[in-house]
Order: sequence, then C-alpha cells, then structure tokens
Amino acid sequence: MSSAGEQGAAALRIEHLEVIYRVGARARRVISDLTLTIRPGESYGLVGESGCGKSTVAFAAVRYLARNGRVNRGRILVDGRDLMRLSARELRQLRAGSVSMVYQDPARALNPTLRIGAQMAEVFEASSGLRGAAARERAAAMLERVQIPSPGRVLDSFPHELSGGMQQRVLIGMALSNNPALLILDEPTTGLDATVEAEVLDLIAQLRAASRTSVLFISHSLAVIGRMCDRIGVLYAGELVEEGASQEVLNDPRHPYTVALLRCIPGHGRRKQQGRLETIPGFLPTPGSSDGRCVFVDRCGNATDRCRREAPAAFELPGLAAPRLTRCFYPERAPALPHVDDGSAPVPRLAAASEPVARPLLRARRLSKTYQIAGRSFQAVHDIDLELWPGETLGLVGESGSGKSSLAKLLLGLSAPDTGSELELAGEPLRPLAGERTQAQRKALQIVFQNPGLALNRSQTVRSLIQRSLRLLQLPRPRREQRLLELAASVRLTARHLRDKPRQLSGGLQQRVSIARAFAGDPRIVVCDEPTSALDVSVQAAILNLLTDLQLSQGVSYLFISHDLNVVRYLSDRIAVLYLGRLLEIGPTPSVFAGPQHPYTEALLSAGDLGRTRLQGEIPSALSVPSGCVFQTRCPRKLGPICEQREPPLLQASDGHVIRCHIPPAELQQLQRRYERVE
Amino acid sequence: MSAADSPSAATDAWRAALRSRTLLIGVGILLFWIVCALFGRHLTPQDPYADDLLSTLAPPSWRHWFGTDQLGRDVFSRVIIGARDILIVAPLATLLGTVLGTVLGLTLGYFRGLIDDVVSRVIEALQALPLVIVALMALAAIGTSNATVVCVIGFVFTPIIARTVRAAMLNEVELDYVAAARLRGDGALAVMFIEILPNVLPVAVVEMTVRLGYAIFFVASLSFIGFGIQPPSADWGIAIAENYSLIGSYWWTILFDAAATASLIVGVNLVADGLGSVLEQR
Repeated sequence: MSSAGEQGAAALRIEHLEVIYRVGARARRVISDLTLTIRPGESYGLVGESGCGKSTVAFAAVRYLARNGRVNRGRILVDGRDLMRLSARELRQLRAGSVSMVYQDPARALNPTLRIGAQMAEVFEASSGLRGAAARERAAAMLERVQIPSPGRVLDSFPHELSGGMQQRVLIGMALSNNPALLILDEPTTGLDATVEAEVLDLIAQLRAASRTSVLFISHSLAVIGRMCDRIGVLYAGELVEEGASQEVLNDPRHPYTVALLRCIPGHGRRKQQGRLETIPGFLPTPGSSDGRCVFVDRCGNATDRCRREAPAAFELPGLAAPRLTRCFYPERAPALPHVDDGSAPVPRLAAASEPVARPLLRARRLSKTYQIAGRSFQAVHDIDLELWPGETLGLVGESGSGKSSLAKLLLGLSAPDTGSELELAGEPLRPLAGERTQAQRKALQIVFQNPGLALNRSQTVRSLIQRSLRLLQLPRPRREQRLLELAASVRLTARHLRDKPRQLSGGLQQRVSIARAFAGDPRIVVCDEPTSALDVSVQAAILNLLTDLQLSQGVSYLFISHDLNVVRYLSDRIAVLYLGRLLEIGPTPSVFAGPQHPYTEALLSAGDLGRTRLQGEIPSALSVPSGCVFQTRCPRKLGPICEQREPPLLQASDGHVIRCHIPPAELQQLQRRYERVE
Repeated sequence: MSAADSPSAATDAWRAALRSRTLLIGVGILLFWIVCALFGRHLTPQDPYADDLLSTLAPPSWRHWFGTDQLGRDVFSRVIIGARDILIVAPLATLLGTVLGTVLGLTLGYFRGLIDDVVSRVIEALQALPLVIVALMALAAIGTSNATVVCVIGFVFTPIIARTVRAAMLNEVELDYVAAARLRGDGALAVMFIEILPNVLPVAVVEMTVRLGYAIFFVASLSFIGFGIQPPSADWGIAIAENYSLIGSYWWTILFDAAATASLIVGVNLVADGLGSVLEQR
C-alpha cells in the first residue's frame, strides 16, 4: 500500500477494480474490489480455477475487455499512467510500448497467412519505426534471444510450419521486442506438452533474469505459478482471497480456498492405496451473487455465522516479515480446515498383489497401425506387445504424437490394426473393428473421452444418453429404469440432472455422465483418454475418486491415458511409456518411478523440476522416424553410432519392468543415481 | 427430439426468436398469405371466378379495389385467393427435396469413400445446369400437373440440400459421441438418424426455408410459361402470363399479382434469415 510511492511507478497497479459483464439484460459483477501491485522487475502470479476472473484481470490491465465488459469502479495504472484516462491514441502507444501480452493458444495468436518475419517486423515498425532489413535484423536477434536455433529459417516460415512450442517462443519474442515495462502471460504453456512446457518456462525464467521485466503470470496450475513467480495472488469468484510471497502462500496458506485447492492435487508421489483425494464440495457461486457474505462460505469447512452475515475485507496478516493478505476472518484456522472425505476413505488393494490371476484380460501382440497420408505411409503404432490384467490400471504416458490415442482406438476397435496384429480378450481372439465383435466383447470394452462436451450427443438428455448404452445389457424394461437410477447414483448425478442436456451441465458433471455411459454395459475394461485434462483440479480430484471407487466396486481394468504424471502415478498399478508409437518402457508404477528409467521417462519425470534434464527439440514427425532407436535424436544419454543403427532390445530391469535401451538397466540406474547426487 | 425435456434451452430459443425482428416480420407476411389461402373464399369481397363481361378491364375503383381483368373478374379477390396453389405446391416440393436431400447427404457424409466422390461430382455437374431448363424438360416429357411439379422441383432441389447436409455431417462424424455409439454396437442407420440427424437438422431446416423462397419463384416462373399450375386456378403466375400483353394500358391486371409474388418471396427469405441467426446462436 505504501510501497508504490517509495519505489517509483509500479509496473502495474490495480486499485479497487470492479468489472461488470452485461449478459442479456443483467449486469454480472465478475471482479470485485481487486487491488494488486506488481513492482518493477517482479513476477506476480495470478492463480485460480476457470471462471474466477483471471483472464478478465489480464484484459482489464490493457483495457481490452470484451464488448459487453466494463470497468465499473477502480483505477488501473500501468507504469504510473492511469489507463482509464488515456485517449485512444495514448492507449495505442501504451499498448505498443509498455505492455505486452502472450496468450494461451499460440496458433490463434499468429496470423496464418503471413510469414513470421513479416509479423515480427510489424512489431518493430509500430514500436520503433524500423523498416525493411533493419526490422528483419532486429527480429532475427529477438529469435536468437528466445533460443530459436535457426532464426533465418523461422523468419521465412508460416506459423503452421512451426510446432506449438516454437510458435510460443516466437510470440514471447514478439512480446519482448519493445522492452515492455509489463509482460502479461495468460496460461502461456497450458496447450503444450510437459517437456516443451518445461523448456518454455525455463526460457521465460532466463529472460526475466536478464531483462528485469515485470511479469503478470496467469495460470490454473499452482505448481507452475510457484515455480515462476515471486508473489502469488489467489483469485476466487472475482475476489483476491489471498496474496503473498509464493513459497509462503504455497507452504503455509492462510485462506481456506488455497488450503483446499492445494489438497486436491495428487502429488508427492501419492498413490490411490494411500486414500482418496480431497475435493472442494459445492460449486463456484454465480458472479456477483455473494453480496454481504464471504464468497467461499458455501464450500468452506470453517464457515461460521459471521461469514454468512458479513463479507470479510482483505487485511494484512500481522507479525510477518513479508506482507501477506488474506480475505478471511479466521486465517489462523485455515491450515486446520476439516478434511473432506478422509477417514472413511476405502483403500483399494493393489490388484496385481491380490489373487493370482491365470491369464490377462486383454492381450495385444505385434500391434501396429499404418496410416496412408498423401501417398506416404506412417506408423502411428509400431509392434506393441501389451497385457492388461483384471482389475488393474495401466497408465499410458508420452507426449502428444506418441501414439497413445491411436493405440486406444485399436484396442477399442474404432480403427483396424495392420495385418499380423493380434488382439485377445479373455483368451478369445478379438476382431479388429467394434462392429465385427460380439455384443459381449463390445460390452466389455468402453471408453471415457477427454472432452465430454464432444463425447456427449448435445441433442439428447442425460437420461437418454445413458439409456441408449444401457441397452447393451438387454434388460427387461422395469429393470432398465432401476439400473439407470443406480448408475446415475453411482456417479453422483441426481434425478434433476437426468432431464438436462449436456450443455446445461458443468464440465465435471458432463464427465460424470460420460463415465456413467461407459459403465452402463458392465464393462470389463474402460479406456480413460485424458479424462480430467479439461477439468479444474478440484473437479479432477472428484473424478479420480469416482474412477477409483468404480474400479473397486465393479472390478474393471483401466487403460488410463494422461500427460499428467502425478495423476498417472496416483491411479496406475503399472505404467507404459510410449514414444513415436513404440513402447519404450513398461513396469509397475513404483519400479518405474524408483528407476532405473528409460532416458525418455527420465526426461518426462524431470520436466516439472527447474534445471533438470531437458529434451532437445520436439517429438519428430511420424513421417520421418529416426533410424535405430527412435529416441536417439533427443536422447541426453545417447551412446553413439549403435543408437542410430540398431533398434534397442527390451531389457529386464526388475520383475515385470522392462526398458528398451542399449544401456543396460544396471548402468542406467547408476547414471541416474549419480545425477541425483549432483543435484 | 425432446425440446420439452429441457425447458430452459427451449425457452432460450423462443426468446431469441421473439427478439429477432427479421423473423417476426417474415412470419407475419407468411401468415397473412397462409390465412388468405386457407380462408380466401370467406375474405374476398366478390367471387374471384365470376366473370362480368360488362365491366372488363375496369381500373381500380371502390367496387373493384384492384380493378378487373379481361373477363371482368375482380383482381383483388383473385390476388387474395391466388396464393392457394403455390402455397401447396412450393412447400411440398421443398419438403420432398429436403427429405431426399437430407437422407442422401447423411448417407454420403457417413460412408464417404468412392460412392461419395462419384455422387458429389455428379451433384456439382448438375448444379452447373440451369435448373429451370432441367425442370422444364422433365415436365415437358412427363406432362404437367401439381403432382409432377412437386416431384420435379423436389428432385431438382435434392442434390443442393444433400450438399449442405453432407458438409454438416462431415463435422459431426468426427465427434466422439459417434465413436461412443459405434462402441455400443449401434448400426449405421441408428447412428445416422438417431444420433446425428438431430444435430444437423437445424442446418437442414435453414436450408429448407431458403429453398422455399426459390421454390415459390420457381413455381411462379413455371406457371408463367404454362408448365406449372394450370387454369382455372387464380394463381399469380398464370394471371401475369394472361395479362402480360396488356401491361402498357391495364397495369392493374399485373402489378398486384407481381407484388403479391414478391411479398411472399421476401417473407420467406426473412424467415430464412431470422431462423438462421436464431439457430446459429444455439
């Protein structure tokens, strides 16, 4: 509060901001009384779940709200200048010179019809009046600064010729080209793979250290924000509920929402056998509906009558070295927030360890899939041997383009594998396409898709969505209705939801419908294709709990595809690592995490830590698969010519744990140990 | 489908419809002519078919608001009742074309492959031909009646609507709900008609209203050249054809019929525009 005067102009200062969106005839208050300051050279993280107003703050900070949005109250000062008082021309100059923004989807932020060089030159023309060769030179220098290996080639490319990570680098370069006082990053790595995300985050950290630009970093991920930011603001329902130095907020949260949010995340090697994940009960309130009470009161285990009568004001916690703000009457009680759903948690037994099972439920032998595109053929899946045992969860990990979804489609019978591939279900051979399989076999294999909005027919009600899949059971009519209600109850949908159409449900509820549909025919195997990646963490926790419960009660096996290693680790009994359609490693979860690991797995696992193994470049196109070991072009532990000439064998590391690498597992283990010691 | 099951979604659509001025005006014009067609005989001040050889080609007056034609028939009464045949023939033809076109479009979009390639090229070739000429030749060959006009225009519209539906279908087939339906063993027919059809129906309905405007124009043109609706109907196209030669001195025998035709087409197009934007918002 007093610091702005001492330190000269803050890069961004927002005072008592209130933003209103007009929806139909109603005005909705989406940001209430938001005050924050970003000091020069500081990196400030704004974190919160979808719908809490993160992006609105970002757009308000450059006065670029959607047409139905309006700043109703408050001041926004960028570099000391009051944004609301600027003329259109001054605002344009400010946007060109002092503030830059990088958005979530780089493909949509670049103009697809212009070469990168032309788009970057435009930035220099606007900010410093440079033209022609001079502008191009500056652009090339900028690309070098964002660590693009061959700037000349990139300048002559069209956006679609670059990968997502490369596009985002270009955009970061463009954003930094005018040396802005403030850089706004709105979920800059959300659309990228973990390995690429790690690289881009490293880059942002390095650039920041070099340039002392102030950063407003917006993300839903507490882990990313914690890594990248000096201070954090936690946003909930348009209010800043907690603010302070990142490590203090993450390690010692003083608002019940922050506490609850942190508890939802599976992390620290947590596994399902150790109990269920916590969730945040209830829903985000409608914007502007919480007048005269705390915004979090309905979902808070610490709420008292006072919280229902009176809205807490943000106040500074006394007795701390660094200033900490919280918007709670009882910050001291926050760490002791009652645990949701603990104690009663059923502890699943490890399926593999339970009773000895004679044969795998699903077995794939020499499974390959070749696609023909424009006369060229490429293998999305190459020679995979895989077994899925009854009641187990097999986690499937790998970057996008590694063939995870293609493999799932083959197993489900949504696309036909190459000849020579064999599939067996419970010892019986399985025909390639779902339409050719028996009703019992179709029933046995079901899927939960990544995006429930596309996976549920928008013209049907929840009731008919589930009913149509229930016909697989061929029940008599009265039993069918009973089963429908049981099923809805088992995924915790109420009778009211049955009348709704998917559009009327939130993402989490939609995914429950999708799960109910998958379980309608009493499946034996359910493929979960990134079922929580489109959801917020609190919703994700509830869905993962649900999947665990259903597995326990129904005894199904899961093939769980995810890019989030914490989620895979929490849920899976075994893990398979895929790269360019090849299986590089498979083994029990504890062994895979303990090591030895395939160098690719090692890189995936270290993507979340700053300064550890980074992969060079991105996954090669499946049209030009490297010779020998497919991973050799990016491998940090490449031996030499042998990796380029011969495909490595699958070597046994421990019981049931195999690694496809020329380096023997024992040696890998040693290399990786030594590495950890250096850390 | 189940509009009744989701009250809020249905109400939203209605609210949007009532807010759309384009749609309301279009519906108003259309309703006016439908009422005229249904109850015309009770609304007309005089018998539209009664000739009066003592007052032929009389200019507009208090007795004959729109004047009289060559046989002394009251033009106003004939304009009012003239919508009857065209409002049966044009919608039926459009409906036939929409149903056939939707089925064809769904099938092509679902199966794709070689047949789709061949049929799609044929459709494109057909669209290069002037449709009035094609229809004219067909009617000349099989003889003209209201039923044959419906069939010919319906067939001519089929490929046009099929193309639109096929394009919408190509997007739908890729969605995961279709995969989910296949996984539970739904056959091609069930997937096409139960799962996908409701989602491409808005596209088909908008296309249908657009085609209705063309169909009215089409029928009127055919009637004008004698291959559409046949006398003694009071149809506007026929009236214009009969009095075409009198346009210099007896303008009232043509103007009102032409204006009526135009207003009907404008009304239908306004409905198509309004419906398009309302359904788009969903």
